[in-house]
Order: sequence, then structure tokens, then C-alpha cells
Amino acid sequence: MMNDTILQVKDLVVDFNTYAGKVQAIRNISFDLKKGETLAIVGESGSGKSVTTKTLMGLNAENARIAEDSQLIFKGNDLSKLDAKGWQKIRGNEIAMVFQDPMTSLDPTMKIGQQIAEPILKHQNVSKAEAMEQALKLMVGVGIPEPKEHINDYPHQWSGGMRQRAVIAIALAANPDILIADEPTTALDVTIQAQILRMMKDQQAKYHSSIIFITHDLGVVAGIADRVAVMYAGKIVEYGTVDEIYFNPQHPYTWGLLDSMPTTDTKQGSLEAIPGTPPDLLYPPKGDAFANRNQFALAIDHEQQPPFFKVSDSHYAATWLLDERAPKVTPPAPILQRWQHWHDMQAQGV
Amino acid sequence: MTTDKTSKLVEIKNLDLTFNQGRSNAVHALENISFDIYEGEVFGLVGESGSGKTTLGRTILKLYQASGGQILFDGQDVTKLKGRALSDFRKDSQMIFQDPHASLNSRMKVEDIIAEGIDIHHLAKSKADRDAQVLHLLDLVGLNKDHASRYPHEFSGGQRQRIGIARALAVDPKFIIADEPISALDVSVQAQVVNLMKDLQKKHSLTYLFIAHDLSMVKYISDRIGVMHWGKLLEIGPADAVYNHPLHPYTKSLLSAIPVPDPEAERQRQAITYNPSRESDGQERSMVEVGDGHFVLATPVEAEEYRKDQK
Repeated sequence: MMNDTILQVKDLVVDFNTYAGKVQAIRNISFDLKKGETLAIVGESGSGKSVTTKTLMGLNAENARIAEDSQLIFKGNDLSKLDAKGWQKIRGNEIAMVFQDPMTSLDPTMKIGQQIAEPILKHQNVSKAEAMEQALKLMVGVGIPEPKEHINDYPHQWSGGMRQRAVIAIALAANPDILIADEPTTALDVTIQAQILRMMKDQQAKYHSSIIFITHDLGVVAGIADRVAVMYAGKIVEYGTVDEIYFNPQHPYTWGLLDSMPTTDTKQGSLEAIPGTPPDLLYPPKGDAFANRNQFALAIDHEQQPPFFKVSDSHYAATWLLDERAPKVTPPAPILQRWQHWHDMQAQGV
Repeated sequence: MTTDKTSKLVEIKNLDLTFNQGRSNAVHALENISFDIYEGEVFGLVGESGSGKTTLGRTILKLYQASGGQILFDGQDVTKLKGRALSDFRKDSQMIFQDPHASLNSRMKVEDIIAEGIDIHHLAKSKADRDAQVLHLLDLVGLNKDHASRYPHEFSGGQRQRIGIARALAVDPKFIIADEPISALDVSVQAQVVNLMKDLQKKHSLTYLFIAHDLSMVKYISDRIGVMHWGKLLEIGPADAVYNHPLHPYTKSLLSAIPVPDPEAERQRQAITYNPSRESDGQERSMVEVGDGHFVLATPVEAEEYRKDQK
């Protein structure tokens, strides 16, 4: 069961027409999602991770255009060709979404219980009483204490963590095949974040749903993901299993991301920042988009986009450093430590 | 990093703050807080939202009037400052804000934003001197002279935060409170800004109060750390001591919740839950020194337990 592919994204290209010109937000990405797995998409703002998820929900702004030959195969159907009516059957039912900010993603004028029951009423043929009964069960599932007493509360009466639980309950209400979580814990405190992540994992195990988890926090990813895709400037630059990305990273951008995040063991003065800022996607660079910020960039990086090089059956990275003609470079020391750990893990046959 | 323990820049003694005092909706935001900030150190303040860390920062800068207690800055009680002395204090202490989009006036040019403090405190002898100071500040924070005549919307989040830092430095302060200065920035840019703040601190011998909820970043930049919860300071100590040997159960729970970029560690992670009921049991607690410079809020009995715990 685990290897059933539920979603296949092929050659996705999304542009936005703006006054300034055409912003190339997604510049040809492909990935697949298996049943029951959690895929994390990591990247900074402007990398295209949120546009990817909005495309999967049919929620892009009106000036967005999906290229003709892009395909989003979900259970045998191509979502990119759906009209508004078609999307209504999918959205909130088969693919549901949890947004970043629980303060703005709930309706302030509607009781929380009703908001949770809404997708059930919309997509299932049940009475209002049955829907409320299910809403109550969902509230228990996501860990809302004394749900009976609080089912008629309004969002403003709840804390951020509790509201995010309600948002997740709404997303789970129709028992979706795919749950898209766009930075669901970024607005929350660490202790609440830990609770929410644990709850999401429990619910995933119960419903066998697949999760696409969008975040910029590599700590959160390490805890929740089975596989990771790293995005930069509208492209996926590296993807692999969570262990492969953390212990055997190959792309210099992945190195930079791992290095620029301190852990509680990081000594003062040893934090490596990635210099510069991401490119303007109105005028994406000719070669590797990361080349200008990359201390390991080769001459060809400025000329030609690197293809994906295979590291293992599940691990690919788009960097010319993996080409056999490329010179051998030594990554920063913390990355070497991670490689060493990977080497040890392989030796032990983990 | 060595700190000169003899010179205290800020001394906070039994600080209390109640909003809406005497009314039914009174909120006891800060409760009996005492700690010192030494000259040249980075004091990190951590806690969850609503713990009072921002309120504490603002009260120290006299943006809120304390309800009780003392805040001594260079020996002077901030809560009683008026007129000229207050104006001098405003020059010596500055703030860097969380949201670089909201904290810069979008109708002002960058040079005027940066020079506003210089103008108010009459720190420039002439227009040429003012321009020269602005250019120097832009250069310090890694921007260039072309940026001076632009407006904030033309900059990225990281660049705006640099402008905010330049503005704070413009009046040559001794003390800077940075309230979540990097939480609105991208990961790759966060490290740039933190490293910049660290460099400037050394160059200008600044003292920072660094407020954040990102515990790893606070640990990275701070010499000493204070942990806040529900308006109280629960634990203070050297950064390494607090992180490696946390004493208070709340600190333990907070640290156990930090996600780390290591899948193996994450798989083995044990979250510790904190039961806050002990905080409202009505018992008298005070700050007790348990380790070297490592204080925890405790009753005498609890203090004994913590001491044993540490060994």
C-alpha cells in the first residue's frame, strides 16, 4: 500500500502576469506523492512552495497561468484541466488545506462547530445533526478539551493553538486523501507546535492520508517528513528521503540552509549565513538560479541549468558538482560531519 | 565572551506592571522581576507569546510606566526620568522591532528614517555632516549610498531590518532592545542579520536585550538568558548552563519542544509537559542562586531539590 502513488506532478510551470511583466513563479517542477507519506517542501519566501500548493488546490490568483503541458495527475485525473465546478468536488473533500495563520483562516462570525461541520454537509449526504455529531468527534480527535462545551464558541474566544486545531479538524472533516499544510505551526509557540505536530501525525496514521507539508523550518521537517523536496527560485533543487537530505545533502543550497540554522549546540561566531538574496523571478537567471550566492559555483552554473543527477534511487540533486567532470569540492565542516554520520549509518546497515 | 561582572548597565529591581490597575479587567503583566544586564553582554529573553517578554522590554525603555519597582539605567531610575534626563536616556537606549514592514514609515526616504534620531537629538553639525553620518551607517549595515534616497517598499525584508538597525545605531546608543528582530525574516537571511548584530555589538561595545521565541537563535547570540512565563522570570543563567542544565520544569519543557534539524534526534525526542499549577499554589518564591550565576525562582525546599538535581 505504501508505494501507491496518489499524486503525480509533471512539468508544472506557473506564471503570473503582472504590470511589471511575467513572474515565473514555478519553473518546471515534477514530484510524486505516495499514499500515507509526508512530503515536506522546504524553501524560503518566493521559492514557489506556496504557489505549488495553491495550484494543487485550484486557488491561484486570476493572473496565474498554468502551462499547457503541465500535468497534475490525482487518482488518474488531470487537475490542471479542471473548471471551477470540478474543483469544488476536489477542494476540501479529496484535497484539503491547513493554512498558516489560524487567526485569519477561520470565519470570525461563525461558530466553530458549524465551521467544522460545513465541509461534511457540503460533501456528504448527511443531516445537520449527524454533521454536528461528526464535528464533535473531530474536535476530540484533534485534542480540543471539553468539545461539547466549546462547540458553540466563536474563534475569538480561543487561543492560537486551539484555533489551529480547529482548522485541522475542518481539513480532516471530509477524510481527504491529501492534506496540504502550509506552514501550519509557524505562528505558534514551540510547545504548542510540538503538540500540533504530534496530533497531525496521529491523525495521519488514523486516516492514512498523505501530507504535503510546506515550511521553512528544517527542525520541524526533520520530525515530520518521510521525504523532503528543497525548492529554490521556482525549482526543486534536491529531493530525497529525510535521512538523505539531512545526512547526505548534495546541493550547495541545501548545505547553506542546514548551516544557517543554529542548533542549541552551535558555538558563537560559527553560524554561516548564505550571502545575498534570492533572484527576481521576473528575470530569472540563465544558469543555476543559486549560482550568484553559491561559493562553490562553477563557470557552467552561470551558463546552463544543471539537470538532476542521481544520488540514489530515491535521492536526486540538481547541481553541476555531481557531474563527473566537476572538480571535487569540500563542503563546509558541519556538512562533512553530517556526511560522516551518513557513512556510519550506511556501514551499520541502517 | 567575557563579561565584566562589575559594571551593571541595567538593574531591574522588583519590577511590577499591572494594566488597567484597579479595574475589573486588570492584568498583572509583570510580577516582581529582578535581574541585571551587564555592560557589553547580550541578555536573551525567551518565553512563549503572552509571557510578558515584550512588555518587559518596553517597560525598561519607559514605553510603559511601571506600577512598582525600580529600573536603574547607569544608576538612574528610569521610571522617574523627566525632561532633559529622559531625552538623554532615549538617546542611549534604542529598539529594533520585529516587523520590518510595519516599523519603517513608508512615506519617508531611508536617509530621513535613519537620520530622524540625529535630527531630534541635534547630533549633526550641518547637512553635509548629516549626510556623511547616514552614509557611514548604511555602510555599517551592509547597504550602499544609492539606497539612501529610496523608500522602504523598494527593499526586501532583510534589507529593511538592516535599515532598522542603522536607525537604532544612528544616535550612538549604549543599549539596544531587539524585540524578535529576525522572526519575520527568511532562514537564510536570519543568519545574516544575527551575524551583523553580533559584529556591531563588538565594534560599538553595545549591550543587547535580545527578545525572541526562537530558542536556538537566542542561545546562539546570548551570553546570559532569562526564561519568562506568565509575567514571571523563572530562571536566569549563563546561556550554556540554562540550555545544558535547565532547572525549572518549565524551562525543561520549553527546551524539549525545540525542533532540531536532525531526523534521528527527532525520532527519539521525548517531549516534557509542564504542569503550571505549581505557579499558583500561593507559596512565596524568590530567585535562588543554585549554580554559578544560575538563578531559579523557587521556595527554599524546591531550591534544595534543584541543587541536588544539578549534581
